[in-house]
Amino acid sequence: MTDNKINETGAEDIRKPEYLVYQRPRTLTETELHYCPGCSHGVAHKILMEVIEELDIQETTIGIAPVGCSVFAYHYMNIDMQEAAHGRACALATGIKRTMPDKYVFTYQGDGDLAAIGTAETIHAANRGENILTVFINNGVYGMTSGQMAPTTLPGMVTTTSPFGRDVALQGHPLKISDLVATLPGAAYVTRHSVHTVANVRKAKRAMKNAFEYQKQGLGYCLIEIVSNCPSNMKMTPLEANKFVEEKMIPYYPLGDLKKPEVK
Amino acid sequence: MAKVYGDIVVDIEKCKGCELCIEVCPENTLALSEVINKKGYRYSIKINDNCTGCANCAIICPEAIITVYRKVEKKAV
Repeated sequence: MTDNKINETGAEDIRKPEYLVYQRPRTLTETELHYCPGCSHGVAHKILMEVIEELDIQETTIGIAPVGCSVFAYHYMNIDMQEAAHGRACALATGIKRTMPDKYVFTYQGDGDLAAIGTAETIHAANRGENILTVFINNGVYGMTSGQMAPTTLPGMVTTTSPFGRDVALQGHPLKISDLVATLPGAAYVTRHSVHTVANVRKAKRAMKNAFEYQKQGLGYCLIEIVSNCPSNMKMTPLEANKFVEEKMIPYYPLGDLKKPEVK
Repeated sequence: MAKVYGDIVVDIEKCKGCELCIEVCPENTLALSEVINKKGYRYSIKINDNCTGCANCAIICPEAIITVYRKVEKKAV
């Protein structure tokens, strides 16, 4: 029941701190994001920084920026960040976490970084049970270099290097990194989420919060995969790209927890 | 029933007009502007007073530029 009458209290009246329900997290800098309109990277950055703000660990968190679209993550996240060589974020995070075990360490990687060039580093870091969190943005293309086929590209999906669609007989099957990591004994928490609807954003945020809590308890390697869109390289509007995520990507990459530690 | 007033503030110069907030708004309060910002994007604006401050738009916004206010006015019994 809503009426179209002008708000009696006046629009300006409720723009007061006591009525504030949502604002940009202070852990994000004021820099404008360079991502394309509607890109999931923005949402993922935002929920990660909201979690850091809510847990009040801005001073004690170290992030590792990857190579890929999110290479400038250190410009946007107002915490201590270190840029890693392409694919080597987990190796760098291992070093940082081992020298400073009281800090929270996370890596933020895309599918070209984590699932292609950095597969070895990721899998071995997980297998060693390094006490770090990896946020894995899986959008199925190499976004930064203009949309080439990635290991995670869906069968039949058109990219600039698979113009007739990915042929699994020729180019192999999409790599499900999360399922792979979940089989390793060192991995504590492996989960797959998406950020294409409000409900899924909330779930992904809760998963990130859990992961930082598991890291505090020293349970082992945490991996959060976020199934994302890439409107520019999928040649779609942001709304169509989110629909593609819903209809095509999520059936192949089903959402949910793949591995969860037993909470004491 | 308690009356709910909501309001949003969009940082229009950072908006890229992706329309995700317009899609998720349950009250159809948001629309794209007729004019463009300095980047050349049509930005998101509030077109009516139906806003309930549910913050769906702010949660889905990739640029994190929407600030949401909500005031609940309880009716005197």
